[in-house]
Amino acid sequence: MTQIASSLLLLVVLADFVVLGTSRMSTCIRAIGVQGLLLAGLPVFLHAEWSVHMAGLALGTAAVKAVGLPWFLSWAIREANVRREVEPLVGFVPSLLIGAVMVAGSFAVAPTLPLPVQGGTLLVAVALSNVLTGLVVLTSRLKAVTQVVGYLMLENGIYVFGLTQTQRVPFLLELGVLLDVFVGVFIMGIVVFHINREFDSMSSSHLEELREP
Amino acid sequence: MTVAIQVLVLVMVLALAPLFPGVVQRTKSLLTGRRGPPVLQLYADLAKLWRKGAVYSATTSLVFRLAPAIFAGTTLVAACLLPLDGGGAPLRFAGDVVAFAGLLALGRFALVLAALDTGSSFEGMGASREATFGSLVEPGLFLCFAALAIATSSTSLTTMLGRPLAAVWTAAAPALVLVAASLFVLTLAENGRVPVDDPATHLELTMIHEVMVLDHSGPDLALILYAGAVKLTVFGAMLVSLMIPRGGLGLIVSVAVLVAGLTAMAVAVGVVEAVMARLRLIRIPQFLVAASVLATFAIMLLLSA
Repeated sequence: MTQIASSLLLLVVLADFVVLGTSRMSTCIRAIGVQGLLLAGLPVFLHAEWSVHMAGLALGTAAVKAVGLPWFLSWAIREANVRREVEPLVGFVPSLLIGAVMVAGSFAVAPTLPLPVQGGTLLVAVALSNVLTGLVVLTSRLKAVTQVVGYLMLENGIYVFGLTQTQRVPFLLELGVLLDVFVGVFIMGIVVFHINREFDSMSSSHLEELREP
Repeated sequence: MTVAIQVLVLVMVLALAPLFPGVVQRTKSLLTGRRGPPVLQLYADLAKLWRKGAVYSATTSLVFRLAPAIFAGTTLVAACLLPLDGGGAPLRFAGDVVAFAGLLALGRFALVLAALDTGSSFEGMGASREATFGSLVEPGLFLCFAALAIATSSTSLTTMLGRPLAAVWTAAAPALVLVAASLFVLTLAENGRVPVDDPATHLELTMIHEVMVLDHSGPDLALILYAGAVKLTVFGAMLVSLMIPRGGLGLIVSVAVLVAGLTAMAVAVGVVEAVMARLRLIRIPQFLVAASVLATFAIMLLLSA
């Protein structure tokens, strides 16, 4: 693994911490966009040889993860008049600390996993920590938009894990995953939009109540 | 001979120390469209204060009079522990990192006690904040030191910031960048700089470090101001030694690199002061915890590599 690739992976994890620690929705979305851009650059620096497939995947990932999804999310916020603050169930400092514990756990567990991995255990560790911090964001934030961000972090983790297997698994699968996520976020965005229109709130805790407020 | 050179470099850096707060101030002024005080202003202030007499309130005790000397003394001894010439420190032993952090903590403790000794409620508030944020800075500092100790397998600052770092930079650069970023945040916090504290304001409600020293005057204040400048220089020297391993360089080049690096650090602090606002008090712990998380992450990277 090159120094550039490991620096990129590092920045990916730092973007997770930004999402955990910020109180602004726009910073959350920008961080997830930057993470997408970093992930798009990752396969280029990870493998020495160049190919059309790789360039296509990098460009496609950048277009969807770094431009399309952040734009769509900020559009949803603007359209739905969401208040621009993250509403955490767990405070920012505790969620940062939980995130640090999750990342520490992944870095501890990654070398012990019996995986046919290419490109070092750092990829596996970053993949695991992305999935786990995504889970933290999914479960500890009230607003639907922030939960979409958590879901995207989770998916980014799966993407990083996929990179360890790129020599075996065709790129088609990667593209399929990318499309899945795009459609998923699209639907969720529309749902978010409608929830906000009909109940005037995007907090998913209202979904648990059966009575009309 | 080498010890004599090390002491000489130390004396030179200590003499240059009051320059760097001036550079910070000048950078900040220029970026915000003002001219600002001369770069050498702190020298003039120190000379003026040194000639004046000190005024002591009737409610204060010996603690108040001793505190400036303790603060200045501990900071100067902490400076002796750093390998300023790129080779070795005048004072070095295994585990001197703990002594370094302990000396800084002792200096802060003396100032906090002196602030409480005045019996002023404003100073008490400042002391309480200083103690709170100090207790959050310390874990971060120790995590940074732990990362460096793991990287260089040593617990002496001379080795941790000295020759072995060059090899670490080629092997694990990302981890060292994280440590440097964390150390820079701690530098801002420990020296009472924006975004943690604002050295320019004299409103008791918004400041932390400045409010504690409101009652000191004359030579006492001069000592505190000088020790503050030395503290900034000490943290800057740590950052420079970490970022630019000077093991192979000659003495003259090495010292020149140190002074240039310290000036660059002061400019960086000035830029941060110009472009950022002071954080709200409740946001500061989050900022400092983030610095600790960065250092923790560096440790994890070093352990997994």
